Amino acid sequence: MPAAYEKPFLIAGLILLIAFPYIAEALGNAYFTSTVSRILIFAIAAISLDLILGYGGMVSFGHAAYLGVGAYVVAILSFHFYDGSALFGLPGTEFAPIVWPLGVVLSALAALVLGALCLRTSGIYFIMITLAFAQMLFFFFVSLQRYGGDDGLFMFAGRSHMPFIDLDDDTTFYYVCVAFLVGFYVLCRAIVASRFGRVLQGIRQNERRMTMLGYPVYRYKLAAFVIAGAGAGLAGVLLANHTKFVSPDILHWTKSGDILIMVILGGIGTLTGPILGSAAFLLLEEYLPVIFGDLSMDLLKDHWRIVFGPMLILIVLFARRGLYGMLFRRENGDG
Amino acid sequence: MAETPLLRIEGLAKSFGALRATDDLSLDVAEGEIHALIGPNGAGKTTLVNQLSGELAPDAGRIVFDGRDITRIRAHERPHLGLVRSFQITSIFPEFTTLENVALSAQSRTGHSFHFFWPVAGDENLNDIARQTLSSVGLEADAGRPAHALSHGQQRRLELAMALVLKPRLLLLDEPMAGMGPDESAFVVDVLSNLRGTVTMLLIEHDMDAVFALADRITVLVYGRPIASGTPEAIRSDPAVREAYLGDEEAA
Repeated sequence: MPAAYEKPFLIAGLILLIAFPYIAEALGNAYFTSTVSRILIFAIAAISLDLILGYGGMVSFGHAAYLGVGAYVVAILSFHFYDGSALFGLPGTEFAPIVWPLGVVLSALAALVLGALCLRTSGIYFIMITLAFAQMLFFFFVSLQRYGGDDGLFMFAGRSHMPFIDLDDDTTFYYVCVAFLVGFYVLCRAIVASRFGRVLQGIRQNERRMTMLGYPVYRYKLAAFVIAGAGAGLAGVLLANHTKFVSPDILHWTKSGDILIMVILGGIGTLTGPILGSAAFLLLEEYLPVIFGDLSMDLLKDHWRIVFGPMLILIVLFARRGLYGMLFRRENGDG
Repeated sequence: MAETPLLRIEGLAKSFGALRATDDLSLDVAEGEIHALIGPNGAGKTTLVNQLSGELAPDAGRIVFDGRDITRIRAHERPHLGLVRSFQITSIFPEFTTLENVALSAQSRTGHSFHFFWPVAGDENLNDIARQTLSSVGLEADAGRPAHALSHGQQRRLELAMALVLKPRLLLLDEPMAGMGPDESAFVVDVLSNLRGTVTMLLIEHDMDAVFALADRITVLVYGRPIASGTPEAIRSDPAVREAYLGDEEAA
């Protein structure tokens, strides 16, 4: 369909998302709402990566680090709240209006520090150094024995407490995720269309020329990197609340790879694509083994990645701009 | 010339290994003049421009612009002082439209770009400035086309427009006519001619018709150092220049 249909498509998608818990319940599979919550959360992370990857040309291979920081902020404060112990002389808390912004701000801060270092490099070196720093954070959280180390940390106190909203109700939590996804998507759309967004895209296309036009390129890249880190942090905050459990796995490099694949699979530089990519990735991951199981193909049930991998490669090879490119034609055929 | 020059280069040096690309080069460009820099391939012309624009750090020497030592000023700050360059190899934003290319350039002149919310496409102030500049290089009809779809000559003119919209005081033009046909070349000579007196130019160009049509002064660069500098007439009759560079092609 023509690219002009993207907006109606998104509105239809939103209506579907709003109606979804009722549909799931009618189908007698309320658990499915929880699966979609997870898709929405990873969609936020994937959109945030797309902002720097698709618009800024920064291939960050360590994006899960900021997801992890956001998630651990929630889990650690919850741990101290449940434990009654103090953290830096302050009590733990489950109060969402404090915990959630703190998770986002600390993720942004981590992105500021790591971005300031990583953005001194570019190209393959940038990919490797973002990966290296993310792995350092991974091992940092592995080493925190008090917070479960390798085994991770259960949030015994349950999800964060929000005034007037019962987050422990899965359907309510689902709608909170929908709201954050919509909010973050709209925010990124605005950013991409703004003066800042045009500068960012200029940097991706021709960094040298941007400098010669008088743009301090480094500052703009770093600002975008921090926004993306904050977005991933928000996803991490929601993810910890969703599973009521965090472990260093959240910021393992393979998780960074998953988010990267979601963006590529859905369509780089489209913002809409990463939502589709998150849905396709997580649904295939969850249901490919089930489908092979139903078909009594036991070998493939255990080794479903043998099918999953080539599927991803084929989509990336044959569909420019991934799933987004399959759905929407470009009007002027420029590349 | 009694008044202080707009650009003064003093003892500039830059080596790549054993190659002295810029060799103790001193040069003045007076306010308002079109100063052409010619020389055979490998004479170090682009290396000089890269040092003036701040992309390459010189090994020695000083660059003084408008009375201020800018040798250590960073590249992205120089356009804001009025020192703007264009590229020999077209350097545009291929995915943006022609208008967006120039609007992005104009945006650099209007303060910082940490504006995250208002859509820039609807900024008619920027678009108007961009359209005016595009019409000055004859590209107004192509404003909506993606830049990668333009012909080579059109891209060269877009390249020029992106530099002009920054309202330079000194324009460093690195072969603006490179690869252009005679008609387009003549058109660009006209455009640059019309800017005479308002914009000072340091023009690197191989097209000798263009150089002699435009230049108030010509400096001949060979092996990274000037061997002659003077009016077009003086350069044309300078025996050393004829031997080193103009050779047989200049029969006059």
